[in-house]
Amino acid sequence: MVYFYVGLGGIIGSLLRYSLAIIAVDFWGKGFPVGTLIINLSGAFLLGWITTHFVFPKKLHPYFLTALTTGVIGSYTTFSTFCLETVHLIEANEDILALLYILSSFLGGLFFVKLGSTIGEKGKREMRRTT
Amino acid sequence: MREMILVALGGFFGAISRFALSKQIQERNKTSFPLGTLSVNLTGAFLLGLITGMQINSRLIALLGIGFMGALTTFSTLNLESEQIRKEKKYPIFYGYLFLSYFLGIILTFCGLLIGRRI
Repeated sequence: MVYFYVGLGGIIGSLLRYSLAIIAVDFWGKGFPVGTLIINLSGAFLLGWITTHFVFPKKLHPYFLTALTTGVIGSYTTFSTFCLETVHLIEANEDILALLYILSSFLGGLFFVKLGSTIGEKGKREMRRTT
Repeated sequence: MREMILVALGGFFGAISRFALSKQIQERNKTSFPLGTLSVNLTGAFLLGLITGMQINSRLIALLGIGFMGALTTFSTLNLESEQIRKEKKYPIFYGYLFLSYFLGIILTFCGLLIGRRI
């Protein structure tokens, strides 16, 4: 049954990614993949936050948590599109943009997941104090 | 609207496939190296390159590319696992995982694209 919930999460995550990517192209055009970058970095932040904030004190049903993390956030972010966009930039001889894209995803991903988990930890401590 | 339905359908099966495959692979290989996520990410990257190179029509791209491969692969889990490995101070795994993901991911996408263009 948990598989089905993960699939439902996958629908939500994929549609969010698809819609945001279309909006991003309207805003920033097709030169640099701003859309995927925003999606991936925000997803990394959210996953860091959710997994620290909700996991240890069992506030959520484990099925719901898996559907949210593995399903929604996992499908919202994407690795294959990142790779394809990088290859497209290299093939268009935009070497500097390609390098910039790789570095901002690589360093940004690690930074935002850490930021999310730090904020999640803080929120958890404050909640413990008030209850 | 039709594209959204195709993306949703692909996303449904992509997410389930990632969940099932990465769990299976991780359980079969008793290692703290995140082989499950690495495998699905590299497979998805190669296949997205392949179908893009084959220039299939836009509906199939929505279903298989944006929906299925987009949901099969994940960026957030890659970073969460890396952060957990770094916290455990397993630095060779940390650097190895990131290097293999990014380096092989881009190389395999390129290979997929080249093969797809020849099909």
